[in-house]
Amino acid sequence: MKPAAGRANRRWTPVQSSAVPRHRTARTAVLGVSVRRPVTGKQTSRSTSAVRRRVVVGVLVLLALVLITFSFRHPDTGPIATAESAAATVLRPFTVAGERVAQPFRDAYAWADSLLTARSDAKRLREENALLRQQVIQNQFAVNENDKLKALLAFRDGPHFPADYTGLAAAVIARPLGDYAQDVVVAVGSADGVTPDAPVVTADGFLGRVTRVYARSARVTLLTDTQLAVSALDVKTGAMGIVKHGRASASTLIFDRVPKKLQVSVGDTIVTAGWRSSTLASLYPRGIPIGRVTSVGQADTDLWKQVQVQPFADLDRVDAVLVLVRKSGQP
Amino acid sequence: MTAAQGARLALAVFVIAILQVSAFSSISVAGAGPDVLLVTLVAIALLRGAVTGAVTGFVAGLIVDVTTLGTLGMTSLLLTLAGFWAGRYGETTGRSRAHAPLVAMVAATLFVEIGGYTLDSLLGSSAPFGTMLLALPAALAWSALLCYPALALMRRLVGTTERTDRAREVELLV
Repeated sequence: MKPAAGRANRRWTPVQSSAVPRHRTARTAVLGVSVRRPVTGKQTSRSTSAVRRRVVVGVLVLLALVLITFSFRHPDTGPIATAESAAATVLRPFTVAGERVAQPFRDAYAWADSLLTARSDAKRLREENALLRQQVIQNQFAVNENDKLKALLAFRDGPHFPADYTGLAAAVIARPLGDYAQDVVVAVGSADGVTPDAPVVTADGFLGRVTRVYARSARVTLLTDTQLAVSALDVKTGAMGIVKHGRASASTLIFDRVPKKLQVSVGDTIVTAGWRSSTLASLYPRGIPIGRVTSVGQADTDLWKQVQVQPFADLDRVDAVLVLVRKSGQP
Repeated sequence: MTAAQGARLALAVFVIAILQVSAFSSISVAGAGPDVLLVTLVAIALLRGAVTGAVTGFVAGLIVDVTTLGTLGMTSLLLTLAGFWAGRYGETTGRSRAHAPLVAMVAATLFVEIGGYTLDSLLGSSAPFGTMLLALPAALAWSALLCYPALALMRRLVGTTERTDRAREVELLV
């Protein structure tokens, strides 16, 4: 009887629905009441700190977005560009000092690195030297003959490298963050005669072009950047195409748009083409060495040859450059 | 933060930002170099909190953008968010955990690398995705390597913050 009575009692026990609602929260279930203490008007230090934190980060993000918008839309004009130019001029001595502090360490690393390959390098250079000596003699004959023929034809030509250009030597003083960034900042600017789109070379070969100029510094976009391409030709066969960044790695280039009927071989030297039409001309003079062909492929379905080029200039380790400025009086 | 600590913090960030663009960025091993500025920023954020992390990130980014003649605000945006997140992580989930600095460094590096690439792509000057992806392991390794030395150096320079957002009262519900 007792168990039955107990069951009946449980069945008929009234539920206090107002105190514990059917869809109660965990808090109500544990504490047994749903009554909340009235919120005091005074904010705790914790909530004040949270509001302050959100305001600060919100303002900074907004400011950064405004700067990006203005800087991207008007990279060379307007108050933001003026302020950036002034700030860059102020900070330039510090970056130059930083670069000078780092230079001995870089030299020491390069020296140690070169020791590992010194023997093989010397052998390769000796062979190359013998080959070049023969080529110089042949080239001298060709140059003399060329000059005579040009004189006979009254031939008009575009600017030549290096005769028609002055090289402004400059140290690389800064590199952007990001391992894929293909720009450097050099320590010469408009005050030294540098103009936008001026070609930039190293002792080894073509490097890139000036894309932004301030009074005492300039930004150089390297040839391995996706935005840069240069018309080029194969010195040996005369095959023309465009050299641009390679997909395989950041430091390789491809010689693109070379028709399949033209001849390009491994080991050929690629130089800037320096073309000129009646109204337009290439930004780069003819004859700046770019690199050497490392592989040539050709698929039936492709329109062009697939040519890979290893640049002469070490684009990963650039410490000093020559910015080419046209000599005054040149067309 | 005392005035002396603030001055030391400002000087450290300025010097490291200048050295980052002029010296450290020329080092490259396996496709990536040390991002000492980011590591320092994360260390500062972990030690001094989210607000200090965000402000430091913004200023450091601005120095980088100006010295590299890049698009103003781009690095600032990335470093502000990285500093803020690292600071919040240090204040909440990561506090009193030994591996918190390492986790914060790796996450911040991932964010800055991928975020930087994405921003670059949006602005139309992107490198191949594969290049960024290949450089990522080396960048993470650099950050992990520099994590604890940077934290120790920054702790010595700028100290740690006293926690002010800790609950000081308990609400009893009866």
